[in-house]
Amino acid sequence: MKVLYFAWLRERVGVPEEEVEVPAEVRTVSELAAFLRAKGGGHAHAFDNPAVVRAALDRKHVKPDAPLGAAREIAFFPPMTGG
Amino acid sequence: MSDSPPADDLFGVRVQAEDFDAAAEIAALAQGRTDIGAVVTFSGLCRADVKDGLPLAALHLEHYPGMAEAEMERILYEARTRWPLSGGRVVHRFGRIVPGENIVLVVTASPHRGAAFAAAEFLMDWLKTSAPFWKKEERPGAADDGAWVEAKDADDDAALRWGSPSA
Repeated sequence: MKVLYFAWLRERVGVPEEEVEVPAEVRTVSELAAFLRAKGGGHAHAFDNPAVVRAALDRKHVKPDAPLGAAREIAFFPPMTGG
Repeated sequence: MSDSPPADDLFGVRVQAEDFDAAAEIAALAQGRTDIGAVVTFSGLCRADVKDGLPLAALHLEHYPGMAEAEMERILYEARTRWPLSGGRVVHRFGRIVPGENIVLVVTASPHRGAAFAAAEFLMDWLKTSAPFWKKEERPGAADDGAWVEAKDADDDAALRWGSPSA
């Protein structure tokens, strides 16, 4: 699955995107965040407070309990500050 | 045949690095039209704020290409379902923007002013909380040489007072 990071999550992880092999037992957005956090290093730093991380599946906002389903792309980012 | 431009020209969103010209956007929207009684424009500019005595040198706007446009389209469509709009434009810039420069533009047109005012405010409120853009400060002399702008609860409250957009 293609995983994208924006703003300070991108800076902490160290790359804007990566291809991640998602294990079968990882079924939801929050489970994927926990899986990525467990990689340690920059990933652990990026997800050290999962409550402030937002996500989009195939470019649509989703809640943490959303199933990954057949989505091809997921993005993690902080609350938006445009406008 | 109608004298109005094709429907696709009446509503649109753009994400771009370059500046925009609010007057030109209004002209493009209203050109050749006689059904528009009100045009409201909102321009968001980069403000020269000072934190701990250090002035802001610039904002760096990051966005999620593809999703940013999609969200702006979705919000604009939502506005069209709520108010009788004759046209609408939303333009958001990305990249390095210095104080005094434009960041975002919303233009709404309708037969009467009430809808144009309300829709413009709705569009800005929802843009701020759901369009995937992030601002980083460039503040020379700061400990980290700049920080990511934090989202404000007040912005969420402003968006929520309109009720949730239909998914």
